[in-house]
Amino acid sequence: MVCVTARHRFDGCVLDDAVNSATGHFIAQRVTAIALVLLGLWFAFSLATTTDFSHAEVAAEIRRPVNLGLLLLLTVTMTYHSYLGVQVVIEDYVHGARVHKASLIFSRMAHLAVAVVTIYAAVKIGMGA
Amino acid sequence: MSNTERPLSPHLSIYRWPITMALSILHRATGVAMALGLIVLAAWLMSAAAGAAHYDQFAALMSTLIGRLLLIGLSFSFFFHLANGVRHLVWDTGRGFEKHQANASAWFVLLLAIGSTVAYWMML
Repeated sequence: MVCVTARHRFDGCVLDDAVNSATGHFIAQRVTAIALVLLGLWFAFSLATTTDFSHAEVAAEIRRPVNLGLLLLLTVTMTYHSYLGVQVVIEDYVHGARVHKASLIFSRMAHLAVAVVTIYAAVKIGMGA
Repeated sequence: MSNTERPLSPHLSIYRWPITMALSILHRATGVAMALGLIVLAAWLMSAAAGAAHYDQFAALMSTLIGRLLLIGLSFSFFFHLANGVRHLVWDTGRGFEKHQANASAWFVLLLAIGSTVAYWMML
């Protein structure tokens, strides 16, 4: 969204991307939801088949390329889906223009931080940590 | 003739929650819980990336009663949000909106989530 009209500014063009359009948000939420049905069940199944949760076992599992790929896909999709959901909750319950906008920005930064940290950690384990 | 004791309707403290309303709120609550749970996931992966010593510290923390309750809560949140999320996806196709259908799917989803959580922890 480009910040050209007063309405655009009111709508918060500071958070400038497709998520700000209601249709884009609706579709992104559902696409990530469907992906997470599969990725989530894979993750739950993987944890369930882990025997002792030792560092050696967990690291060895994450080092397998298929698992590393799915784990990265899971964390990115989950973080994005979480961001979309928390955005709706903030929009519904956090009132007052400033707190509202500050909450949205905080949520965006926090989710971005989680995504960066999990990708970094997973790749580091994948490369042999 | 006005009775000031008469509560406004629907007054939440006396209003009997329909199951569908409770689940709608639970869907959000479990979603927010898992959003916060992302911190646990990130901590788990970071500790594993930092080496066995750090990982063992994290594992010990999760083995405490509070850690266990946290993980059980997150696993229930996962199973519930997953099952109820599929219910929402079915609604997106325009199906299942009749009152008896919505009530039935609500109870089904709730019992499935509780059952899955119990079965999951018995399996682990």
